[in-house]
Amino acid sequence: MRSTKWVLTALLASGLTGVTVFAQSIPAVPAAPQARFVVVLDAAHGGDETGGRMNNGGLEKTFNLAMSVRLRSLLAARGIQVVTTRESDMTVEPNTRAGIANHAQAEACLSLHASESGSGIHLFASSLAPAQPVRFPAWKTAQAAWVTRSLALAGALNSVLQHSGMSVTLGRTTLPVIDSMACPAVAIEIAPELDKDKKVTAGLDDPNYQARVAVALAAALVEWRTEAHQP
Amino acid sequence: MIPRYQKYLFAVLLLASVAMGVVLWQLRERAHQRLIAGQDSAPTKAPEVAPAEQATLVVANDSDGSLLIQTHSLPLPADPGARARAVLGKLLDLYAAPDATHSVPGGGSSVTQVFLMPAPEIGTSTSAASKPRSAESRVSVSVSSRSSANSSGSPAENAQEGSPQLAVVNLTGSFAASHPSGIEAELLTVLSICATLHANLPRITQVRFLVDGQPRATLAGHGDLTRTYLAADAVPAEGLHP
Repeated sequence: MRSTKWVLTALLASGLTGVTVFAQSIPAVPAAPQARFVVVLDAAHGGDETGGRMNNGGLEKTFNLAMSVRLRSLLAARGIQVVTTRESDMTVEPNTRAGIANHAQAEACLSLHASESGSGIHLFASSLAPAQPVRFPAWKTAQAAWVTRSLALAGALNSVLQHSGMSVTLGRTTLPVIDSMACPAVAIEIAPELDKDKKVTAGLDDPNYQARVAVALAAALVEWRTEAHQP
Repeated sequence: MIPRYQKYLFAVLLLASVAMGVVLWQLRERAHQRLIAGQDSAPTKAPEVAPAEQATLVVANDSDGSLLIQTHSLPLPADPGARARAVLGKLLDLYAAPDATHSVPGGGSSVTQVFLMPAPEIGTSTSAASKPRSAESRVSVSVSSRSSANSSGSPAENAQEGSPQLAVVNLTGSFAASHPSGIEAELLTVLSICATLHANLPRITQVRFLVDGQPRATLAGHGDLTRTYLAADAVPAEGLHP
């Protein structure tokens, strides 16, 4: 009986020693928590609202959703939390989209569109005049307090996209979804890539082109996160 | 043997038929006379041929998302509403041409009417949509366009001193239905219409849109048609006047 106690004690002691040695072999993890960074991806249109029609017969709503899914994967792989306004072909009202973005308290909100008109990437910020933040902003002009940040986000996207060799057009417009968002928000319209003779070098149905755009946007958002976390 | 009463009946019916034929002939003659009289009372004033003038058109360019100022010589009526419709008709004719820089089917007939009315005061919380601009400045203004835009003596110039006006542009449903879908494409169309109106009729400071006489949410899924556009904000950065 006494010998059994001694054996159990010896086993317990050796086990604790092993755990201690294993714990010491793990490198120390920084204690500082990772700052929160959320990106909202809004695949425009959906359901009954088909958007434009592509040259290959496809619909804009389908392209937007595919681009949203692709970009979400890239951002998740880079450690960025992503909130999407739709994950399937469903009708989502503009106010609902803006509500999702506003609840997410995102650092960047991107509304994804596509068009066969024009060339390259079209970036649009809200045309609302900048305004001071207020405690209870009006729904349809909530973006006014964020316009300056939205323009900065558009600038960051423009910089990376141009660095990736894409032609970019900047503009400001009125979109109900963007105007109701309380976050840095930019509408991104992807158009075919044209050369100087206005011949299509990369169409919207080109998977390589879609991948290039998505990678560039992901890189721009990583850069935006770095800027946002700078003191 | 035909009975006598049938002979009388046949005679009566024959007489009635002849009488009805005569009455119908007279009615036809009366209707013809009324028609001729109506034609005589119709206005016979010959349509006036307006003198050709230089009109300033702000033309969209899809390739770089810019608005370019061009001048065209076209007959411009003195009436401001008709004048506005004429310049917009020319602008949309350019867009419907095969080699258009901003291709939109429909042509000049896509503008049904342009109504002009005193402009209401609007808040300044929302500015008009700014024109798209490329990373490099691509908006160009030709020297000739500047000189023509400032030609003195035109009705538009003379009316500049008046009160600001709101233009309500009524587009056809077929134009909206056939318009290319896209934020930039629709914005360029709207802004070029606003800027062209302001360039030729400087009193027009605000523009609203109807489609087939009814308010419509968007032009082709993106361009907001529910709001009032400030015409001056749509003019290219270099402006129409030095």
